[in-house]
Amino acid sequence: MASKWMANEGLPVIAHFEVCHRNYLAPDGSINRPLPVFAADANLLVALYRTMVLLRLFDRKAVALQRTGRLGTYAVSLGQEAVSVGIASAMREEDVLLPSYRDNGALIWRGVKLEEILLFWGGDERGNNFSGPVHDFPFCVPVGSQAPHAAGVAYAFKLRREPRVAVCLFGDGATSKGDVYEAMNFAGIHKLPVVFVAANNQWAISVPLRLQTGAETLAQKAIAAGFTGEQVDGNDVVAVCAAAEEAIAAARDGQGPRFIEAVSYRLGDHTTSDDASRYRSPEEVQAHWKEEPIARLRAYLASQNMWGKTDEEQLAADCHERIEAAVERYLKIASRRPETMFDHLYADLPESYAAQRRELAGGDDA
Amino acid sequence: MPEVTLVEAINLALGRAMEDDASVVVLGEDVGVNGGVFRATVGLQKRFGSERVLDTPLAELLISGLCVGMAVQGLRPVGEIQFMGFLYPCLDQLVNHASRLRNRTQGRLTCPMVLRAPHGAGIRAPEHHSESTEAMLTHIPGLRVVIASSPERAYGLLLAAIRDPDPVVFLEPTRMYRTVKGEVEDNGDALPLDLAFVVREGRDITLISWGAALKETMAAADALTVDGISAEVIDLATLKPYDENTVLRSVAKTGRCVIVHEAARTGGFGAEIAATIAERGLSSLLAPVTRVTGYDTVVPMARLEQHYMPSVERIVTAARKACQFG
Ligand SMILES: Cc1ncc(C[n+]2csc(CCOP(=O)(O)OP(=O)(O)O)c2C)c(N)n1
Repeated sequence: MASKWMANEGLPVIAHFEVCHRNYLAPDGSINRPLPVFAADANLLVALYRTMVLLRLFDRKAVALQRTGRLGTYAVSLGQEAVSVGIASAMREEDVLLPSYRDNGALIWRGVKLEEILLFWGGDERGNNFSGPVHDFPFCVPVGSQAPHAAGVAYAFKLRREPRVAVCLFGDGATSKGDVYEAMNFAGIHKLPVVFVAANNQWAISVPLRLQTGAETLAQKAIAAGFTGEQVDGNDVVAVCAAAEEAIAAARDGQGPRFIEAVSYRLGDHTTSDDASRYRSPEEVQAHWKEEPIARLRAYLASQNMWGKTDEEQLAADCHERIEAAVERYLKIASRRPETMFDHLYADLPESYAAQRRELAGGDDA
Repeated sequence: MPEVTLVEAINLALGRAMEDDASVVVLGEDVGVNGGVFRATVGLQKRFGSERVLDTPLAELLISGLCVGMAVQGLRPVGEIQFMGFLYPCLDQLVNHASRLRNRTQGRLTCPMVLRAPHGAGIRAPEHHSESTEAMLTHIPGLRVVIASSPERAYGLLLAAIRDPDPVVFLEPTRMYRTVKGEVEDNGDALPLDLAFVVREGRDITLISWGAALKETMAAADALTVDGISAEVIDLATLKPYDENTVLRSVAKTGRCVIVHEAARTGGFGAEIAATIAERGLSSLLAPVTRVTGYDTVVPMARLEQHYMPSVERIVTAARKACQFG
């Protein structure tokens, strides 16, 4: 890239950086390079596959519920199931997840009940008081603002010498925010046990990646913060898992933070309130369907005789049953009484607000 | 008992809190070796080490966001923002996270953090160093907003803020840091939050203030005795949630009220107090509630600064007027 404005001949290069891209499974399920050791564990790969399929079917049901007025705005993971499921699979129970609103897959993997997820999207805070790991954060809605929390959580781990790791997920749009850089910068300074993951689905609502950044990769943003960023094929769950395992293990081992850019594509609308056909062509979306993560893993599993037609039918039936049962439980959950909106505002409700609470409870305070 | 300045009282409280509770962590720009730009954290890094007294990069949003993460993980972070004019990047974290995590998760996660910042004008500082935008913070549900106006209350209220299970923004009147002294026993005793302090008893009029403006308010109360007016003075101390009962009780007794604050008038916290009195204390009023405040301008730089601040004279005039009403 020498230009007439760059008189660099003879000047020493004082720093040199590179960004790697990781991929194992090709779109047709064939292998591009030797798989990591864990991929020999058929149970793990099948579990990943099952969760990804569950997530896709759950998403479909959630959209149907939203369309019929039984759920609020909802964000599907269509096309990027491998990212949140793959990342979560590399975490331990005691690690802390800091998810974005699109990370239902990670929550499901971590044991959050489907009806709890529905409850949240159905407009009830009790959905955030979920039965996943008690220390995990709820979905973050202000984009990227959870990254500093992850650094704070990781600082607490480091201070207490606990071998735990904070794992923070956000989208490509989030990497444009100062929050994310501020958090990565701090994590780099203190070599904190935190892994930042950008799920690069190439769109932030209607804004494509090329209007989000002039950088060639998002992964290179880690370099400015002093640590390694790598890009993985986010449609290849084996690559996502491998990168996450390595990064989390390194962080746990005191080697400091890592950044993972997982490149996939958002095949659906941004949320149920969005119409993606306004800003992108059917041809573009169609082309990306050829890359999607679930068919890819299924093809690989089938090629290894780890998965067959009857497995697929059984899985579909299992998912259907599980989802319908969760929906039924969700729809039966009665709303809280109005005055309970005060109940978790403070540890103890200040006297000044007690009258407002009584007013909501139907008392005559006025 | 030793006499200390307000900033020394803050330092004593921080040291005491860190001594008593290993989960207390102090963080901010220059808080380590330098001891903070106002020296509030002086000596703490030496005593407690650089892991618990940490110099952060220059990033205010980060400081507040780190506090959230730390607090959720069981630490008791005390973040320092160098001046209130630089607190605004923290608002996202205060509004969207710190103040509502408990509610969002129905008590599963909580956020016991303190964010400290100097407050107000009167030190001939550069632009953006003289802000008093506390009303903005009092509008945030789930937050506590506390402001000290004496060394004793700075010590006791800061300890209370650090021990409080919910997020607190703790404001410190910059021009009082070194200009007031008081006897503070470093005994670890906290003062109650959410309670106003009647710092002077009186019969004829209630003067309500907080932070550095309390100095002029007290001076005005003194001056009013010449007219035979006996003023009761309230230091509100906790602005959110604020102690309506003490205010209403006092106004019921005196029938008159002047609210004094350095912040600009429109939408200032004085309006909130006036509204409470109008709603719940109207029958005891003998005169309209009035406000003596900063003007609705940007805080002027040094040359005009003193004209912006509520002066003893303006307070006395307002109080006299209220006493002569009708
Ligand atoms: C700070 C902030 N600004 C704007 C929004 C509105 N908004 C919600 S999602 C979104 C796009 C986010 O894109 P990205 O980070 O790439 O994540 P994705 O939705 O693609 O998963 C925007 C602008 C928001 N939630 N937070």
